[in-house]
Amino acid sequence: MSAEAADRVVGLVAALRAHGLRIGTGETVDAAEAAAVLGFADRAVLREGLAAALLHSPDQRRVFDTVFDLYFPYGVGAPQGGPGDRDDLRERLAAALADDDATALARLAVEAVDGFGGYGSSPGADGWSSYQALERLRPQTLLARVRDDVRSRGGGPGFTDRLLEDEIRRRIEVFRTLVAGEARRRVAERRGRDEIARRAVAPTVDRVDFLYAGKDRLAELRRTVQPLARKLATRMAARRRRASRGTIDLRRTLRGSLSTGGVPMRPVLRRRRPVRPELVLLCDVSGSVSGFSDFTMLLVQALHDQFTKVRVFAFVNRIDEVTGLLGHGAADPAGLGARIRAEAGLTGHHGSSDYGAALGEFTARYGDAVGPRSTVFVLGDARTNMSDPNPAALRRIAGQARHLHWLNPEPRTLWGTGDSAAPEYAGLVAMHECRNAGQLGALIGRLLPV
Amino acid sequence: MFTSVDDVCARLAESGYLASPAVATTVFLADRLGKPLLVEGPAGVGKTELAKAVARVAGARLVRLQCYEGVDESRALYEWNHAKQLLRISAGRDESWDETRTDIFSEEFLLPRPLLTAIRGDEPTVLLIDETDKADVEVEGLLLEVLSDFQVTVPELGTITAARRPFVVLTSNASRELSEALRRRCLFLHIGFPEEELERRIVRLKVPGIEEALAQSVVRVIGALRAMDLRKAPSVAETVDWARTLLALGATALDEGVVRDSLGVILKHQEDILKAGAKLDLDAV
Repeated sequence: MSAEAADRVVGLVAALRAHGLRIGTGETVDAAEAAAVLGFADRAVLREGLAAALLHSPDQRRVFDTVFDLYFPYGVGAPQGGPGDRDDLRERLAAALADDDATALARLAVEAVDGFGGYGSSPGADGWSSYQALERLRPQTLLARVRDDVRSRGGGPGFTDRLLEDEIRRRIEVFRTLVAGEARRRVAERRGRDEIARRAVAPTVDRVDFLYAGKDRLAELRRTVQPLARKLATRMAARRRRASRGTIDLRRTLRGSLSTGGVPMRPVLRRRRPVRPELVLLCDVSGSVSGFSDFTMLLVQALHDQFTKVRVFAFVNRIDEVTGLLGHGAADPAGLGARIRAEAGLTGHHGSSDYGAALGEFTARYGDAVGPRSTVFVLGDARTNMSDPNPAALRRIAGQARHLHWLNPEPRTLWGTGDSAAPEYAGLVAMHECRNAGQLGALIGRLLPV
Repeated sequence: MFTSVDDVCARLAESGYLASPAVATTVFLADRLGKPLLVEGPAGVGKTELAKAVARVAGARLVRLQCYEGVDESRALYEWNHAKQLLRISAGRDESWDETRTDIFSEEFLLPRPLLTAIRGDEPTVLLIDETDKADVEVEGLLLEVLSDFQVTVPELGTITAARRPFVVLTSNASRELSEALRRRCLFLHIGFPEEELERRIVRLKVPGIEEALAQSVVRVIGALRAMDLRKAPSVAETVDWARTLLALGATALDEGVVRDSLGVILKHQEDILKAGAKLDLDAV
């Protein structure tokens, strides 16, 4: 393997590590071996080979693909021939979308960035923008045309005709990502790929900040929730199984030994009454933590399928029980947060969160929900909008519960700044920073060791 | 075993397994680098089938370890044949103690289980460790020695090293997180839902006699369902089942009635059926 090829592989690994992928030296060597076996001629084959050697889970694939495109670009510089005409490009794009022709779409993405993505004093002098290229090309406006085109070719309307629009929308979406990738490649050529690989690659889904997750990332996050809930459930089940093997029950051991002449051959262990833990969740669902609360609502719903007894209370400045709204597998998890805000009485005179009032109301109205068998989770950023944090109420809940943990979606460095009452609460109960799915998973592992 | 990635593709196809480029590349690499292959993906996309196909192509013996909660060393690796040992002891009454003791822990009384079987054979072998995520964490520790050095240690006999490395495929549905140590020893392959064109070819291969147009419509509807974010998205196995059902019903093209009546073949949750019905504009599902 040439030194340059080895450098490429090592650079790729370094960029992936910078995005939190844990890749050891052994895997790097594997990747280089794979590259040597497969050769550099076929890019698609090389991509799959390196992915097989370096990756450990499917959600790393998105980061890998973007970084791979930067380190092993399919070409250098501008495409052959000068920039085409905008209408001509749209024409060919419509045809490619109608045919669902992947290679043509890739080629058109290259042309689109080259022709319409450059900005600066002369096009391309300062950089390349996928946003600008897409803004000028407006592929989404081609939908009706492509649809009519396909229909006219397909003959009479059949059942699958009704799927057509969604399919074309998905193809347009593919084109948009292709354009984004191409713009990244061109920028990387100018500014050096190491820098672009560090900055312009979206993080893996388990490192997406709850508070700033966009809509499409939330949909992705949702898919990571289900395994988390299952992880939690299996851990708790394993603990229960283990705990059920108790000390020796002397009376039953001796009684059982009658048949062996009083020699206790078979020790009988004390059977424990199975105790099913109860989960009580207090969730802040105010606007400032809406990304987080949407996510926790999904988690809660997933938990609901795993545990028989989960009680959920949502609050902004008043608190209300919303367990009923989270029925087993209730449809449409996406609209759940909105429905809770609409149907439960969560706000009083104003719309901003007030932890003191909410916690106080909880102890007054639902104090009996928390018993010695319950584990309580409080989910929120502890920003009380300058009102009294009422630590006494939290202390009371913590005193009644078996465990109480507070999950805070804000970075630890921001606790106590502005109107945050986090340090005050953290002094009373265990408060954990929980900003992304990765942290949440680790937290579950730590709080509930097998 | 294989000469190139295309060779993998062609020979797997001959044996009835249509591989995506990703699958073909990783199989080729696993063979060349002699590393185990960890295959993940949703149920019913052909993970287990891949191992079987590789065994068919290579003319190899398939040794399968089906994992489940509670599978242990004696089920995975080896066991001593206690009954036979007892017989041996009682048969040799006149022997001295030393003779008996050394004798009963020999090859003759060893019951090889899948892992040991795969290691010991000298013919080409494909070792399939199915649903690795179902096994307890302790079993993973057991696998580590087998997967990294292709050897097994039996305390009474010593270390048995593979004369010929088996081609190892581990499958997992990711219901439990596998350990980093295990993952590091393997090449990783995620088999997702196939591209439309590949899936159409799979349907035509698995359901001979289906019209091209119907196969295409089936795959398109399945694609739309997968984009819907259902509780359980239909897998390739369901696509094939559905195509078979449609063929059995004598349908030549999809229409509202046929889809409505056979939606239960592809979707396994009532709420999914309702949701899909609403999205596909089926009246009264």
